[in-house]
Amino acid sequence: MAPKTMFAKIWDEHVIDDFGDGVCLLHIDRHLLHDLNGSRGLLELKRRGIPVHNPELTFATPDHGVSSAPGRVGMNANGTELLESLRRETTDAGIRIFDLNQPGQGIVHVIGPELGLSLPGALIACGDSHTCTHGGIGALAFGIGTSEMGHVLATQSLVQRRPKTMRVTFNGKPAPHVLPKDLILHLIGQIGAAGGTGYAIEYAGEAIRAMGVEGRLTVCNLSIELGAKIGFVAPDQTTFDYVAGRRFAPSGPLWDAALAHWRTLPSDPDAVFDQEVVVDAAAVAPQITWGTSPEQVLGVDGMIPDPAAEPDPSRRSAMQAALDYMGLAAGTAIAGTPIDWVFIGSCTNSRLSDLRDAARAVGGRTVAAGVNAWVVPGSETVRRDAEREGLDRIFTDAGFQWREAGCSMCLAANGETVPPGQRSVSTSNRNFVGRQGPQARTHLASPTTAVAAALTGRISDIRQLGR
Amino acid sequence: MQSFTILTSVAAPLLRNNIDTDTIIAIHRQVGTNIRGKLGQWCLGSLRYRPDGTEDPDFVLNRAPFRGASIVLAGQNFGCGSSREGAVWALQEYGVSCVIAPSFGDIFFNNCFQNGLLPVVLPEPTVIALAAEAQTGAAVTIDLVDTVVVAPSGQRYPFTVEARRRTALLKGLDEIGTTLAEAGRITSFQTRDAAARPWIYHIGEAS
Ligand code: SF4
Repeated sequence: MAPKTMFAKIWDEHVIDDFGDGVCLLHIDRHLLHDLNGSRGLLELKRRGIPVHNPELTFATPDHGVSSAPGRVGMNANGTELLESLRRETTDAGIRIFDLNQPGQGIVHVIGPELGLSLPGALIACGDSHTCTHGGIGALAFGIGTSEMGHVLATQSLVQRRPKTMRVTFNGKPAPHVLPKDLILHLIGQIGAAGGTGYAIEYAGEAIRAMGVEGRLTVCNLSIELGAKIGFVAPDQTTFDYVAGRRFAPSGPLWDAALAHWRTLPSDPDAVFDQEVVVDAAAVAPQITWGTSPEQVLGVDGMIPDPAAEPDPSRRSAMQAALDYMGLAAGTAIAGTPIDWVFIGSCTNSRLSDLRDAARAVGGRTVAAGVNAWVVPGSETVRRDAEREGLDRIFTDAGFQWREAGCSMCLAANGETVPPGQRSVSTSNRNFVGRQGPQARTHLASPTTAVAAALTGRISDIRQLGR
Repeated sequence: MQSFTILTSVAAPLLRNNIDTDTIIAIHRQVGTNIRGKLGQWCLGSLRYRPDGTEDPDFVLNRAPFRGASIVLAGQNFGCGSSREGAVWALQEYGVSCVIAPSFGDIFFNNCFQNGLLPVVLPEPTVIALAAEAQTGAAVTIDLVDTVVVAPSGQRYPFTVEARRRTALLKGLDEIGTTLAEAGRITSFQTRDAAARPWIYHIGEAS
């Protein structure tokens, strides 16, 4: 048999019908809903009188619109409306919802792996572009729009065009203070925000194998910022140890059968990819974005690039527009730029390991005067686990706000915005114009680089701060 | 779904790369359960309006004859970013029925087909050449029957669309209805698959 990629193995296993031209009807193993648009899909089905095909394979949680304020006081009207309609429509359809204050609630891409709903080899869809995150567990997972959501609800399947395959190999061992977030931001800087468009990306290499599952979820999370709607890591013993014993993971004989299958999933040694990219992980510095696209990124010790040096006119004008929006001057060091906000959270970096990294970086110091620094755990379970370890106290003692689980300031759909003109260092995944609020200026970074900014009130190099 | 056959319109050149879905429609314009019909005025809002809310007269869609153009010529990776279908709805509500670009965000690309907005992929030099011609306000024709873009000069640029999607667009077919018409395939797949991968279908909760 010809050697196969992991992508091809999983894709082929899910084909219900092949329409030619690479377009297939695929089975969806898990469908996740959230408050921003989940009820929209369900209402549309209801309007058409179509029942949900497999409510037992569908799970919901509120995350985007909910307040992250302690006790969730002051939920805005939009958030309340979205929450109530999600509750009502999932109940009507017989879909399980993990509601506020229950273990299981949280950012949809945090809870899937955490609950053992997202499994290696599974095909997962959710009405959110960062669904690629679940690839960190060895799943093929991708974001869909509202119409496609209706299609999954009605048929537990989707019509999709087969993407090309790319393998990104991270060789070597990252230097101290260089986190998974830095590796993936560096890659986006290298190949661009369109570098992965049309591809499903397999992340491989020594640095990925040495990484925990939570770090792999972070790497896969930013696949969509490369333009790739799918990114994944082959499952290995690290994955199996992570999945075993989770709340909805298979157990007993089902676990044994699943495990035997999962071991067959990795790409065959001679499998051929449409494109290969190799990154020297050992040479990557802590990263920070300077512009309004994740590809506008540099080492935290670097100089803000000069559009005048860019030969391509459309790229040059995009660079200038980004600098104007961000209020930065070309040719100056990015380090030392004063900041107003720090946000540690989002489906990129809000898991327990992220919060541990951040707490360690705090190292008993305090948040600089005038900086608003928030820590928003990714799920109710992460919040409780972190509190059990005393991480919340480390943050609050230092002057951070410790908040309730949700998306919060990542996209500010719940009204938690960075005020116009203010500058934020954020562990989230998008620095688009207006992403954290109208006229807000966002710099993407790892949790420890965000802590360094909070402690100094400036963009700072965590390597010089110690810890 | 709207059907799409042949469209002739002025084409607005908007050649920057990576125009993301948040730029196409800001999140605070699309939170809520009832947003349809209200998005057109905010389409590409951060480009059309200045921070004080007034129109930016330099922006292409605020200039004659491009105001209300039904075709947009864009740079690489148009519609990258979020999965929010609001980006497609906003373009349609503004009046755009076709975007021509060297590449598209993958999720946005699929969302277009769900709504009858045609995304046409042409090589970058072709898009640039088209934009140079369209700059005068001369009309461009998109013919989905013959899968060809006709420039004002008469130059013809063929493009490809998967056969199934082309048929659906030409006829305005609804994908859910089409799939449900043969729902038996899905249940028989699930029966077979549940024997091979039972852990996908039997979701127990650990106590
Ligand atoms: S945390 Fe941010 S990126 Fe992730 S799902 Fe929520 S809004 Fe989207």
